[in-house]
Amino acid sequence: MINSPYIRKPASVQSVMLQVLLALVPGIAAYVWFFGAGILVQLAIASVAALAGEAAMLAIRGKPKALFLTDLSAIVTAWLIALTFPPIAPWWLTVTGTLLAVVIVKQLYGGLGQNPFNPAMAAFCLMIVAYPALMSQWPAAGQLDFKTQIELIFGGARHVDAITGATPLDALRTALRSAASPDSELHGLRAAQLMDGPAFGLLGGKGGEWVAFGYLLGGLWLIQRRIITWHIPAAFCGALFATAGLLWSLRPEGFASPLFHLASGGAMLGAFFILTDPVSGATTARGKLLFAAGAAVLTYVIRAFGAYPDGIAFATLLMNILVPIIDMKTQAPVFGHKKD
Amino acid sequence: MLRKLFKFHGGVKPPTNKAHSTTAPIASVPLPDRLVIPLHQSVGGHPRPLVQPGDQVFKGQRIGGADGNLSSAVHASTSGIVRDVLPAVMPHTSGLTTLSVVIEPDGEDRWGELDRINVRAATPDELRDYLRDAGVVGLGGAVFPSHLKLKPGKEGKLDTLVINGAECEPFITCDDMLMRERATDMLKGISAMRHMLQARDVLIGIEDNKPEALAAVRAAIAAAGEPGIEALAIPTRYPAGGAKQLIRVLTGIEVPHGRRSTDFGVQCFNVGTAYSIHDALEHGRPLISRVVTVAGNVDAPRNYDVLIGTPMDHVVRLAGARPDTDRYIMGGPMMGVRMPAFDVPVVKATNCILVGSPVLFPPPPPEMPCIRCGECAKACPADLAPFEMYWFSRARNFGKTQEYHLFDCIECGCCSFVCPSHIPLVDYFRFSKSEIWAREREKEAADTARERFEFKNLRQEREKQEKAEKLAAKAAATREKVAGDTATAPPGAAAAVTKPGGDDAKRALIEAAMEKARLQKAQVAPKNLDVTSPDVQAEMAAIDARRHAAREASSDPHPPAGQA
Ligand code: SF4
Ligand code: SF4
Repeated sequence: MINSPYIRKPASVQSVMLQVLLALVPGIAAYVWFFGAGILVQLAIASVAALAGEAAMLAIRGKPKALFLTDLSAIVTAWLIALTFPPIAPWWLTVTGTLLAVVIVKQLYGGLGQNPFNPAMAAFCLMIVAYPALMSQWPAAGQLDFKTQIELIFGGARHVDAITGATPLDALRTALRSAASPDSELHGLRAAQLMDGPAFGLLGGKGGEWVAFGYLLGGLWLIQRRIITWHIPAAFCGALFATAGLLWSLRPEGFASPLFHLASGGAMLGAFFILTDPVSGATTARGKLLFAAGAAVLTYVIRAFGAYPDGIAFATLLMNILVPIIDMKTQAPVFGHKKD
Repeated sequence: MLRKLFKFHGGVKPPTNKAHSTTAPIASVPLPDRLVIPLHQSVGGHPRPLVQPGDQVFKGQRIGGADGNLSSAVHASTSGIVRDVLPAVMPHTSGLTTLSVVIEPDGEDRWGELDRINVRAATPDELRDYLRDAGVVGLGGAVFPSHLKLKPGKEGKLDTLVINGAECEPFITCDDMLMRERATDMLKGISAMRHMLQARDVLIGIEDNKPEALAAVRAAIAAAGEPGIEALAIPTRYPAGGAKQLIRVLTGIEVPHGRRSTDFGVQCFNVGTAYSIHDALEHGRPLISRVVTVAGNVDAPRNYDVLIGTPMDHVVRLAGARPDTDRYIMGGPMMGVRMPAFDVPVVKATNCILVGSPVLFPPPPPEMPCIRCGECAKACPADLAPFEMYWFSRARNFGKTQEYHLFDCIECGCCSFVCPSHIPLVDYFRFSKSEIWAREREKEAADTARERFEFKNLRQEREKQEKAEKLAAKAAATREKVAGDTATAPPGAAAAVTKPGGDDAKRALIEAAMEKARLQKAQVAPKNLDVTSPDVQAEMAAIDARRHAAREASSDPHPPAGQA
């Protein structure tokens, strides 16, 4: 029996997820352009793994498979994993990460809509703890051809340390740290000078900054499509810029510039695609601001003072824990109870 | 002068589908074979029947007398013979019956003698009583007796009288056509209301998708020349025609849930009500017909002037229902209620008969889990967080739903309309409200029982005490007798002094205990029932039925009414 309303807006989870996937395309295009087509292979591996894991779990849990496999939410998780994992990660690393995300973080918590943690970021954290070396090998832009990438993804032997380095974020942090020590040859150099190498571009890592720009474009489109609101990206970027800017202005020789932080690593992906995951994120307007600002500060702290290449994943999970309380404390006043 | 309009949060823009039914003027309807006039048509008490089977009635004759002040009279819509006074299926999803008068028209449509009132000489109280007996109720859908709303607040005057011509529900155009065709008379009704309410300003809000109606009303205002009345075009956005939303848009005031708008210096009436008030005051005609839109799955959507009690299918036939029609909905597609049968009568609340088909109103796609996207919260005109209430409704944590202001929900359906997971959110909220009402009624019953129990205990205690005192008195008397001392005061005197004192103490004790019980009851008395209108309470029975059905249909705690 159907009750009112008898009409509905043509909207579906599937169309929401599809638009998120489309919004990732500019960033992926830049990724392919600068770093080679290996990432497409990773996207495919992750997608297949996600669908397989989801299908198995739906079968076990006795849920309608067709309905939930076509909602595209697993694909979104898969793509975020592929885009945050190193592009030359061995296939089993991507598969394991994706299965962890879909099977444990999502389905065991009750499936679509029920997971308190962002599945992709949870997988990232688990894998970087378990395989720190493999998760930290990032080729520089244009460094590896497609054949080498395929070999690295599917091949057995990896002598990657010789050919790949750390992320620009990592590299700059290491450089800044050694610049701080008096016996280093880099001593006395500032961040801007340290960035004068082949790994760096205008603002962030070479190539990486264009990928970030692609994500920015896609994210703005999502805002325009009203899939996400401006709150999380704006608060995240604003808070990251402010925190980085503060320390940088205090000691420019010791810290990277705020623009570098925005353009590097997963900042843009995080701001528009990861923290904006509705399921695990805050939902009220003020809550979103708090949630994203908190994530930005944590990201910065982990980047500047921690040992991991990027801080987005841990920051996201930490803030996910706080979501229930943030939401509860930030409920807006209802009609007739506002003080204007 | 351009008046500043205000915005309300949320709202949606469903396709309006209003064009077809506004191409032709309001049409009349041939007399049906039978009129079934429910006695209870408005919020408030059930009117008592004033006629018996076999009685001859005339058009406009009162057949149901208002039961107390919170009630409104009901009249024969045409002349004829009363065939029956019996419970008949009412136009409500529940399919429940209500006491109705069945009239067989004699075809002459003869008016009876009409009560007239001298509007200028009558006191406001007389006017209100008159309107109550003329059966005038709000025609916007809420069917609240108008005379009750025609009282200014404590100060004896009002800042703004808001007239609702917004008509935001898709498909419905009865107010639009009424404004186009009857603006002058409607305006006279507004003047009368303004006078009764001592209202300083009158603001008529009309959604900007009705330029013809707006022009007609403006022309009527100009012709009447009465200052302080203004018709305003407001942005088309559902539910701009909700009383609270319209008051907000026109005056900026937000009337909180459970508060009277007159406390804020505003009162709101529908345009159709204004017209009926004029009809009653000027011509002495009670409310026996109304304009009804017939739209949806029909060949020629149109507005009709329909006698109250006319079977819906009699009217729909004129508009040409298509063969795949599977239901009638009373009201619009956002808030309308599905009718249990095709031949239920048109009542005062019937603004629209929306003819449905599986193609026009397909069942929603399968329900998915909530992804917390917040679309529902963005669309909610009451600024609620529907997905949180949904969550707690599902968990049957009704206390929490109330913390998230469940009872501020106006059941407008915007949340269900936008949800990408196709969750019937409003159904969950209706379900939760009915559960809470049911529980509070149970609690109330339990309270009464407890009170009785406490009183019984008290009585027993008192009896015991009295017995003991009697025994003591007897013993004392015996002792005195035994002592044989007759020089002191007679024993009865002592008893006479102590006994009433004891009684007083007892009475005080009892009173204190009863007062305590009363206070306790007042404390636990359900907050929500206070503001629950009798109409809503009446509806609870229906919801209860659905709830039980839903419960039986699924043992899984994910039930809501309507899904069964
Ligand atoms: S619109 Fe639907 S899916 Fe989105 S938050 Fe509301 S209930 Fe959940
Ligand atoms: S039905 Fe209730 S919760 Fe849903 S949008 Fe309307 S007022 Fe808000």
